[in-house]
Amino acid sequence: MRTLYQFHGGVHPPTNKTQSTRTPIAPAPLPGKLVIPFHQHVGNMARPLVKAGNRVLKGQLIGMPEDGVSSAVHASTSGTISAIGMAVVAHASGLPDLCATLIPDGQEEWVTHEGMAYRTAAGADVRLALRLAGVVGLGGAVFPSDLKLRSGKHKIKSLVLNGAECEPYITCDDMLMRERAAEIIRGAEIMRFMLDAEEVLIGIEDNKPEAIAAMQLAAAASDDKMEVIVVPTIYPSGGAKQLMRILTGIEIAAGVRSTEKGMQCFNVATALSIYRALQFGEPLLSRIVTVTGNVRNAQNFEVLIGAPVNELVALADPLPDTNLYIMGGPMMGVPLPSAQVSVVKATNCIIAASDKLFPPPPPALPCIRCTRCAEACPADLQPQELFWFAQSKNFGKAQEYSLFDCIECGACSYVCPSHIPLVQYYRFAKSEIRALEHEQAAADLARERYEFRQSRIERDKQEKAEKLAQKEMTALAARQSAATPEAAADNSAQLRIQAAVEHAREQAAAARPKNIDTLTPRQQAEIAEIEARRAKAREMAHPDAGQPKE
Amino acid sequence: MLLSTFISKPDSVSAIMLKVLLALLPGIALYVWYYGPAILVSITLASITALATEAAMLKLRDRPVKPFLSDNSALLTAWLLALSIPPLAPWWLVVVGTAFAISVAKHLYGGLGNNPFNPAMIGYAVLIISFPSHMTHWLSPHGLGQVELSFADQLAYIFGGHLPSGIKLDAVTTATPLDTLKTQLQLDRPVKEILGMPIYGALAGKGSEMVALGYILGGAYLLFKRIITWHIPAAFLGTLLVTAGIFHLIDPGHYAAPLFHLTAGAAMLGAFFILTDPISGPTTPKGKLIFAAGAGFLTYVIRVFGGFPDGVAFATLLMNICVPLIDAYTQPPVFGKKDGGAK
Ligand code: SF4
Ligand code: SF4
Repeated sequence: MRTLYQFHGGVHPPTNKTQSTRTPIAPAPLPGKLVIPFHQHVGNMARPLVKAGNRVLKGQLIGMPEDGVSSAVHASTSGTISAIGMAVVAHASGLPDLCATLIPDGQEEWVTHEGMAYRTAAGADVRLALRLAGVVGLGGAVFPSDLKLRSGKHKIKSLVLNGAECEPYITCDDMLMRERAAEIIRGAEIMRFMLDAEEVLIGIEDNKPEAIAAMQLAAAASDDKMEVIVVPTIYPSGGAKQLMRILTGIEIAAGVRSTEKGMQCFNVATALSIYRALQFGEPLLSRIVTVTGNVRNAQNFEVLIGAPVNELVALADPLPDTNLYIMGGPMMGVPLPSAQVSVVKATNCIIAASDKLFPPPPPALPCIRCTRCAEACPADLQPQELFWFAQSKNFGKAQEYSLFDCIECGACSYVCPSHIPLVQYYRFAKSEIRALEHEQAAADLARERYEFRQSRIERDKQEKAEKLAQKEMTALAARQSAATPEAAADNSAQLRIQAAVEHAREQAAAARPKNIDTLTPRQQAEIAEIEARRAKAREMAHPDAGQPKE
Repeated sequence: MLLSTFISKPDSVSAIMLKVLLALLPGIALYVWYYGPAILVSITLASITALATEAAMLKLRDRPVKPFLSDNSALLTAWLLALSIPPLAPWWLVVVGTAFAISVAKHLYGGLGNNPFNPAMIGYAVLIISFPSHMTHWLSPHGLGQVELSFADQLAYIFGGHLPSGIKLDAVTTATPLDTLKTQLQLDRPVKEILGMPIYGALAGKGSEMVALGYILGGAYLLFKRIITWHIPAAFLGTLLVTAGIFHLIDPGHYAAPLFHLTAGAAMLGAFFILTDPISGPTTPKGKLIFAAGAGFLTYVIRVFGGFPDGVAFATLLMNICVPLIDAYTQPPVFGKKDGGAK
């Protein structure tokens, strides 16, 4: 028997999972319209490849991954692109983002696609294939998977497959493991091969006996060293770091890559999409979504990316007093700005909420320093101190007390007897800090640009002077009836400019603030929201200031 | 829009405080058994004063009255103060102490959650400094006084200051076991002989040791219900025990045995109900140990070498001062940043 480790804290909210596991996963019918955001993953938005009026096929690439951290976006079915434009997306901020609107033609006509020989192909090619297939973490993090499948300079011992699914109400991974265990295991084999990991550890909470049995059966059939490990039900055991701690005893601090400790962690649904992408060449076009809460028929659906939430929830028959839809679970989920938004790759669950299901909390009282929050915090933080600093906008102190180690699990808010929305304060403080750093970075960029322009003007002057000198020289030489090449001077100026650009870029990279490196779409939206608010405040303060002069 | 969790554990400040009040009941019951119902009168008086002062202060500070008044924290302050002063104390003493505790020690510092000092102990300190003589008339336990007052007589004394004709105050009251020990030691009597006096029971004062037992029961309930953690009672009682033990070993004739100190005075009330006040105490586990150990040591020193009848109140207040410092220096390492990051 394997020894399991505990992480500090954790809570036991009512799981409310059985409502949505009574029936198998059902395919959601093709909706009348799909709205597919180009930014569904951590990193840079995908670049649109299609225009309004284009006919697209199912699985056709419509968003090309940009440089750096990014991923691809596809047409989830065949049809016609009716618009490329801004639409409200599944963020709490309610800010619009660039989306493609696709009117399905009902043909479900696929692009030509085929699998690849991933065991013999070069690793870089396999990763590129995953990137172009738009495979991202489906546990909610939506981090591009190809970037995590590089073994790098560290030897990977354990590949951890996360099937814990600790958040209440959500059962999409549970149902997926019950029904498609074999494919998940195939995906795990591919990942183990790519990372050259010694073993595969599959962590599943003990409240999913059917999934455990199915996964055990499938894992036993594998030639790889795989172990399904049953972990106790405690929230947030499904946090990647918490699960790795439970399975191996190793803790990975914030800002440290798990590969440095010889581990890499993927969600079970991600494993399956990696398998489908490489074996069959199928990009990520759909995902399993739990629809539950204030509905008559809670159930899991296989939903096309871009399907409108209102059409999806209608399948589960929401009760009339439903007044809000939550994306995610009741601990970490976000309220959707409207039911018109579409399902994205991060959408693991939609909860129909009502005041009866989630009664609004009583008014918050002051913190009584009871430290229940600290006792519950899986990141070993002192939430009551962080609250104090966040509330007083003492962001420096908040960071000193490890604000960015907070995983926003909400365990502290859950237990607080004063009903303080603690995690809201941490999200607020983090967004504010990120916005400040963003502004800082923008200012740096502007300064760089300015300096670069100055230096270019300087170069131009020099160049002119040099050319003048050159001319004089040539004239002189001509007079002496001997020609000298002219191109050399041009070239050297060009090179100098190039070098200046490089230099500026390097400097920028060195000075970049650390907290805004890789952000989820949600975090970016939060920053955008703050910046919009600030801009508005500025506008209100100086109504006639207008546009900054060039 | 940023939001917090959609669900929360069914718990509240008022439920927590209510459980602490409940936990005081066994001690209070034994108190009544040994000393008569006078204590119920001071508890009631203190409660009414506390609620009235709380409401008035909330109004003055323009805060919502209902959520705060129903948080039960003022009641707890009232009960702790009432249990710390002699049950036969005149009514105005209780009222002044409680009103001061709530208005100055709590609300002038910002109200619930913001008071750096334990309000009940501030109230106690003010009373013992301002009205020392009124704070020494403790009722003799059941069966020990020359006469016993009926409930009506007790009421008459509390509200009118009159005893039935022919009865002197000294006949119904006595110094506390701690006080008696101190004064008798000054007469050069050995501890053993002093503890043979009729006011002493098996461990400390007759009656008061039983009340201490009641507090232990309540404390066990609080531990069981996870209202408090073991850190503060263990460190406080442990340090008190060890300190008393060392002195006792050095000179058993002059220093009472450690178990005496654990059951005498407000030691148990302090260990489970006063020092465990979260608002004025430290928040880190290590900090709690340091805080309570300091309080245990100071309690002993003040009791044995100081001029006050008991040391718990002043030890608490002195350690309250150190809380910000203790917290700042005992921050536990965060996830992944413990030594080695493993295990
Ligand atoms: S749980 Fe709430 S009241 Fe208790 S210390 Fe934490 S923030 Fe304060
Ligand atoms: S939200 Fe942050 S502070 Fe609160 S329990 Fe989770 S990790 Fe700790």
